[in-house]
Amino acid sequence: MEIDNKKLYGVGALFTSPNKVSDAAAKIAEKGYQDWDVHSSYPIHGMPKKMKLKWSPLGYFALIFGLTGTSIGLFLTYWTMSVDYPMIIGGKPSFSLPAFIPVLFELTVLLAAVGTALTMLFVLFKLPNNRHPLHDTDYMKEVSVDKSGIVVEAKDKLFNREEIIEIFKQLGADKILDINLDSDEVNYQPKILEPKFLIFLVIVAFGISFLGYFVNNKLLFMTPFNFMVDQQRLDAQSKSEFFRDGFGMRLPVEGTVARGQVYYQYKGKPELAEANLINPLVPSEKVLALGKKKYNTFCSPCHDYHGTGNGRLNGQFPNPPSLHSEKVRNWKDGHIYHIIVEGQNIMPSYALQLTEDERWSIIHYIRALQRSMNAKEEDLK
Amino acid sequence: MKTYDYTIEPDVIEKNPTLSEINDVVAAPMEAPPSNGWKVALGISFTMLIIGALSLGYSLYYGLGAWGNNQPVGWAFPIVNFVFWVGIGHAGTLISAILFLFRQKWRTGIARFAEAMTIFAVMTAGIFPLIHTGRPWLAGYLFPLPNQHGLWVNFNSPLLWDVFAVSTYFTVSLVFWYVGLIPDFAMLRDRTKKKINKFFYSLFSLGWRHSNRHWNHYEMLYLVLAGFATPLVLSVHTIVSFDFAVSILPGWHATIFPPYFVAGAVFSGFAMVQNVLIVLRKLFKMEHIITIDTLEKMNKVLLATGMMVGYAYGMEFFIAWYSGNPLESFVFINRAFGNYAWAYWIMVTCNVVFPQLFWVRKLRRNLVVMFIVGVFVNIGMWFERFVITVTSLSRDFLPSSWDYYKPTLFDFGILIGSFGLFFTLVILFIKFAPVVSISEVKGVLKSSQPHHH
Repeated sequence: MEIDNKKLYGVGALFTSPNKVSDAAAKIAEKGYQDWDVHSSYPIHGMPKKMKLKWSPLGYFALIFGLTGTSIGLFLTYWTMSVDYPMIIGGKPSFSLPAFIPVLFELTVLLAAVGTALTMLFVLFKLPNNRHPLHDTDYMKEVSVDKSGIVVEAKDKLFNREEIIEIFKQLGADKILDINLDSDEVNYQPKILEPKFLIFLVIVAFGISFLGYFVNNKLLFMTPFNFMVDQQRLDAQSKSEFFRDGFGMRLPVEGTVARGQVYYQYKGKPELAEANLINPLVPSEKVLALGKKKYNTFCSPCHDYHGTGNGRLNGQFPNPPSLHSEKVRNWKDGHIYHIIVEGQNIMPSYALQLTEDERWSIIHYIRALQRSMNAKEEDLK
Repeated sequence: MKTYDYTIEPDVIEKNPTLSEINDVVAAPMEAPPSNGWKVALGISFTMLIIGALSLGYSLYYGLGAWGNNQPVGWAFPIVNFVFWVGIGHAGTLISAILFLFRQKWRTGIARFAEAMTIFAVMTAGIFPLIHTGRPWLAGYLFPLPNQHGLWVNFNSPLLWDVFAVSTYFTVSLVFWYVGLIPDFAMLRDRTKKKINKFFYSLFSLGWRHSNRHWNHYEMLYLVLAGFATPLVLSVHTIVSFDFAVSILPGWHATIFPPYFVAGAVFSGFAMVQNVLIVLRKLFKMEHIITIDTLEKMNKVLLATGMMVGYAYGMEFFIAWYSGNPLESFVFINRAFGNYAWAYWIMVTCNVVFPQLFWVRKLRRNLVVMFIVGVFVNIGMWFERFVITVTSLSRDFLPSSWDYYKPTLFDFGILIGSFGLFFTLVILFIKFAPVVSISEVKGVLKSSQPHHH
C-alpha cells in the first residue's frame, strides 16, 4: 500500500455535465482538501467560487507594473529633455509635461500588459512545465476535449484513495481513474539550474550582447550605398564639357548684381569717378595688411611688389608704367579705383576678383608704396 | 413589411455542436494536407510579396528618387500606406478588447482571427516608417538609446509618439493574442499524433493543463489586458492623427482628427476582417461558428462607423467655412473640385454612399453584397489617407511650388508588396494555428456552462 501511494499522483474523476462538476467541486472544497484541482478546456462559470479560490491578485500586479511604467517614462523624459541635454522646442519649457503624456501613457500600458502577463505565466503558474504528471495521461486527453475533471492529489494530508473514490461515485462521476507517475517522473528532481536552461541562458546572453554591439557600433554607422556621396564637380579654372563656352567658372548673368556688391555707376567716366569717389576706409594696420595681401596676389605679377612696373611677368607682357610717377601720385583715389574696376589699356578689370573693401585697401597700400619711394623730410622724424 | 424582433439574442454558435466537434472543426485545417486552393493563394500572395521586395530593394539601392515623392509633396505613399495598415489593425483590438468589455458574446467566433490580423497589419504598417527614409538600418535612432553623439530623441515630436504608440500596440496585441492561444495550443498538443507537431505545440502551450486554478487568474488577466488594450487602441490612431494635426498645414491642423481617424480605422479594419472571414468560413466549413448573424453585426458596425466618417467629411467643410480662414476654405474647395477631385469623390462614394446599402436587412445579410461593399470601403479608406496627405501638400502656402504628385511604378510595387506580406502572413497563420478561439467558443456554447435552478 505504501509503495502504491508513492507512485500514485492522485485520483481523478471525469464528468460530462457542467452542473455535476460544479456541484462536485463545491463538495470537495467543503471537505477541506487542499491539493486538488478542477480541469476543463474552458473556464466554467462560477467555478472559482465553488472551489473557494481567492480573488486573483493580478489586478494589483497590473497597477504596480503600470505605475512603474509611468515612473520610468517620467524619469526618461525629464532626465533626457531637461537634464542631460536640455532642449527648448517651440518656445516651451524643456520639461513640457503635456507633450510627454503620449509616451508616459504608452509606457504605462506596455509595462502593465507585458508585466502582468509574464507574472501570471511564469510566477503564478510556474510555466513552462511540460513535465507535470498530468501531461499525456488519459485523464488529460479527455479533459482537453469535452469532459471536465477533478483530481485530488496523493500528497494531500486528507488523502485516502478509497474514500475519495467513494465520494466521486456519490457525486455521479462518469469515470474514476488513478493517475500514476511514470518511472522517470518518480525519479525526476526539478531544479532551477538544469543544463538545458543554462545553455538557453548562455545563448540568450550572447545573443543580446552581440545584437547590442552590432546595433550600437556597426548598424547605426553603416553606409552601404555611398555612391550618392560622390557627386560630379569641376575644379576651379578647369574646362567644362557641360557649358557651351567651355568655362568651368561662371560669370554673373548680364544685367545682375550679386549680393553684397554695388552697381558701379561711373562706367566709362573716369573723371566723374575721380571727382565723386572718396576712399571710405581709414588707413589702419589691418586695412594695409589686407591691401598688401591683395596687391601681392593680384597686382604684383605685373606692377612688381614695389610698384615699379618691372614685375615677374616681365617679357611675357609689356611692362606697365610705374606707380611712382608724378601723374599717378597726383591721381585721386577715385581714379585708381576706376582703373581697378574697369581696367585700362591692356590691364583687364579686377571687379570680379576684388570686393569693394579690398579695392580701397589696395589703394591705401599703393599710397604707402608711393610714400616709401618719395619720402619727405618729415617722414624721417 | 416583415418586422424582426432584435430583442431576442440569436445563438452565437449555430447548429448546437458538441464540444468535441468544435475541436475537430478548428483543428481540421491544421491536420489536413495543404489544399490546392491554399497553395494557389499562398503562391499569389507570395508573388505580390516578391514584387514589393524587388521594388523596395531597387528603391533602397537607387535612392528614394525612385519614388514619386518630391517638393512639395514630400509625404506620399509611405505615410498613406502606413496609416492605412495601422487602421486595418484596429478592428482586431476593437473586437477582442472593447467588445469583450461590453460582454458581446458574438465576438468569440471572430476574435482570434481579428487579433491575428491586427498583428499582421501592424507588422505591415511598421515597414513604412522604416523604409521612408531610404535608410532602414538607421531606425535605431528612433529609440532613446544612449549613443556616441550624446543625443536623445525629441519627446515633443508626434513622430516619436508614433514610435512608442505603434511598438507598444504591436507588443500588447502580440501578448493578448499569444495568451489567448495558449489553451488552444494545449488542446492541439493533447490531440496531435505527430511527433514534430507535439514538440511545437508543447513549446507554445508552455505546459498548460486546463486547470481551473489557472483559469481563475487567466480570466482576470484577460480582463486586465482588455482594459489596457481599449484605451491603447484609441490612443494609437489618435497619435497617428497627431502626425498630421500637430503640423500647421491647412487641412491637417484640425482638432477633429483624432476621433475622425479612430472611426476611420475601425471602419476599414472591420471591412477587411469581414472580407477575409467570408472566404475563411466558406473554405473551412465554419459557417456555424462564424455565423451570418455575426457578419450582420459587423455590417452594422460598418454602417455606423461609415456614417461617423461621413460626418467628419461634412464637419471639415463646415469648419473650413465657419472659421472664416481663407486658407482652410481654399484647401477644402480644392479637395472637392481641384486637381485631386477624382480621388476625393472615390473616397466619398466608397466610404459614405455604399455602406448605406446596409440599412436594408436583406443586403446586410447577403454575402456577395457585403463582400463587395467591404472591398469598396477599403479602397475608399485608402483614398481617404491619400486625399488628406496629397491634396494639402500639393497646394501649400507658396503657389510657386505647387505641383501635381504622381506615384511611380515603384510606389505601386511596394503597395502591392504590402498586401502580399499581409496576406502571406494570414495564409500561413490559418494553416499553422487555430483560427477560432476554441476555449472561448466552447465557453459560450449552451451545453457547456452550469445552469442553476
